[in-house]
Amino acid sequence: MTHILLRHREIPEINQLSVYQKNGGLAAFKNAVTTMKTTEVIDVVKNSGLRGRGGAGFPTGMKWSFADNKNWPHYVVANADESEPGTFKDREIMEGNPLQFLEGVMIGSYAVGANAAYIYLRGEFWEIAESLDAKIAELEEAGYLGDKLFGTEYSLRLYTHLGAGAYICGEESALLESLEGKRGQPRVRPPFPPSVGLYDKPTIINNVETFTNVPMIMTNGADWYKTMGTTDAPGVKIFSLSGRVRKPGNYELPLGTTFRDLIYTHGGGVQDSRKVRAIMPAGASSSLILVDDDKILDTPMDYLEVRKLKSELGSASVIIVDDSVSMDWLINKTVHFFKHESCGKCTPCREGTYWMARLTERIHDGRAVKADVDLLLNVAKQMQGKCLCALGEFSTMAVVSSLERFREDFDNAVKA
Amino acid sequence: MLSKKYPKEVKQILSKYPPEGKRSAMMPLLFLAQREEGYISKAAMQDIAGLLNVTETEVAGVVGFYTLYHEEKEGKYRIQVCADLPCALRGAEGFVKNLCDNLGVKVGETTEDGLLTIEAVMCLAACDKAPMFQTQGPEGIKYHENMTVEKTMELVEELRKSAA
Ligand SMILES: Cc1cc2nc3c(=O)[nH]c(=O)nc-3n(C[C@H](O)[C@H](O)[C@H](O)COP(=O)(O)O)c2cc1C
Ligand code: SF4
Ligand code: FES
Repeated sequence: MTHILLRHREIPEINQLSVYQKNGGLAAFKNAVTTMKTTEVIDVVKNSGLRGRGGAGFPTGMKWSFADNKNWPHYVVANADESEPGTFKDREIMEGNPLQFLEGVMIGSYAVGANAAYIYLRGEFWEIAESLDAKIAELEEAGYLGDKLFGTEYSLRLYTHLGAGAYICGEESALLESLEGKRGQPRVRPPFPPSVGLYDKPTIINNVETFTNVPMIMTNGADWYKTMGTTDAPGVKIFSLSGRVRKPGNYELPLGTTFRDLIYTHGGGVQDSRKVRAIMPAGASSSLILVDDDKILDTPMDYLEVRKLKSELGSASVIIVDDSVSMDWLINKTVHFFKHESCGKCTPCREGTYWMARLTERIHDGRAVKADVDLLLNVAKQMQGKCLCALGEFSTMAVVSSLERFREDFDNAVKA
Repeated sequence: MLSKKYPKEVKQILSKYPPEGKRSAMMPLLFLAQREEGYISKAAMQDIAGLLNVTETEVAGVVGFYTLYHEEKEGKYRIQVCADLPCALRGAEGFVKNLCDNLGVKVGETTEDGLLTIEAVMCLAACDKAPMFQTQGPEGIKYHENMTVEKTMELVEELRKSAA
């Protein structure tokens, strides 16, 4: 299959402006600005069925139409925080095919009437920020960014902004706080960013991969996009495959591709020819899918089907866990991650992740009794539904699902 | 003073944000302040507070919140090894241990010559290239992927030589 996002894998040097243009790049942006109304652009994206690729899967065109037109200026923000354990797709896009990503941000900015867009990158993406800055300067030079573009009244500028190491800043309201120069702690919502966002102005936030789809949709049309993927989730998705597979990496595939295809056709199978025991389809924030029946691997990966397995597709960071792994070790890892990343703003998450970490550590070290395992489940369940943002909820997913679906590992750990 | 030492950079940073969003310059200014010494001094925090019309306490609050800002002088280079779940499923824990043994330090410690501090960090978006780490130093942040202890020790030698 030819790629539509990871196009650098087929087209060498597509990160160079001239090569990108030769392959049709930037024509969609120019065409939108010079010949289309903003509402027409939004309609194309709506009709394509594109859903956000940052985790929640919210329809992108619909989000764009929510930008409050009574309150100006508008801002666009690209979420390049990419910090979910197991996710490494946005990085490959920005390194390999940066201009298509930037063009997506530019089309989105035009569609919602924003004259400034910020790209918020996790602080570790220092080198990527430098190279994006250079691309932005080139685009200005070539007349694609700046004032009165192509002789119209529309002006646009793009800016990169580096975070400094905090997973919570991927959550959109925490990201905005951070971008405003504050501690990255989530805001109480509503209001949502399309009404009140950056500097209290209407703000559209999308993931890097979401934006990168847009130039291809504008070029080839919504109907073309819908020929890929499923009815509920059209198009392609980049699956970041990691854990115990032979060939970990990013695989751009139609939504609805099965786990089996991803793991065996693309990922080369499980290391040491072991068996898949569990799958975490949404990184460390996943409920663990119990693979006790080989047929589970034939589940198509889209938002609805994965939900039927009592998990979520999320950002499609698929971590493969084989039968050499014990779940008490695994959740000790995930819980420590969330304890470290809890922003501390609300008590259930701050205290809950602390207590869960103490318990998972004790269980994993073999110092626990059965009552500790029950207490762990209790703490996790107590947290659910009470946290201010989804991070708190995420921290309980692997804990509750592994205690419910892999209880024997914990019973063994306390017996020993 | 940042604005004396790096006038061009400070001006360029401030130009990215609208007047009502001046405070957005906080994080880039903190990176600038950290560039030379590898940590952010009290004086630099005062300086930034002045530039942005906020209190020093607010600046310190931001510094304390993010893991890439440091308030203490440590090794010139921080070797930040990812030991998070996906990397750990591919041998990261053994790698950290071997590396520490080779360098004669524990996680969180600095080598005697003050060159390296070893840290274990959360996912760095390179889970398919474990074992991996980033180095944070005067030249910014660099990724090192698909690493072995031998390759890492070669890198350490290079860093030692260039620091000497
Ligand atoms: C704790 C937490 C971390 C998140 N991290 C990211 C992230 O790194 N990148 C991202 O695009 N979205 C992340 N999100 C989702 C964003 O809040 C937001 O839904 C997304 O950026 C919207 O873009 P989309 O509609 O294009 O998916 C995170 C959410 C939460 C609760
Ligand atoms: S749930 Fe956790 S991360 Fe979210 S606001 Fe509360 S303390 Fe912060
Ligand atoms: S878990 Fe190590 S880079 Fe993602």
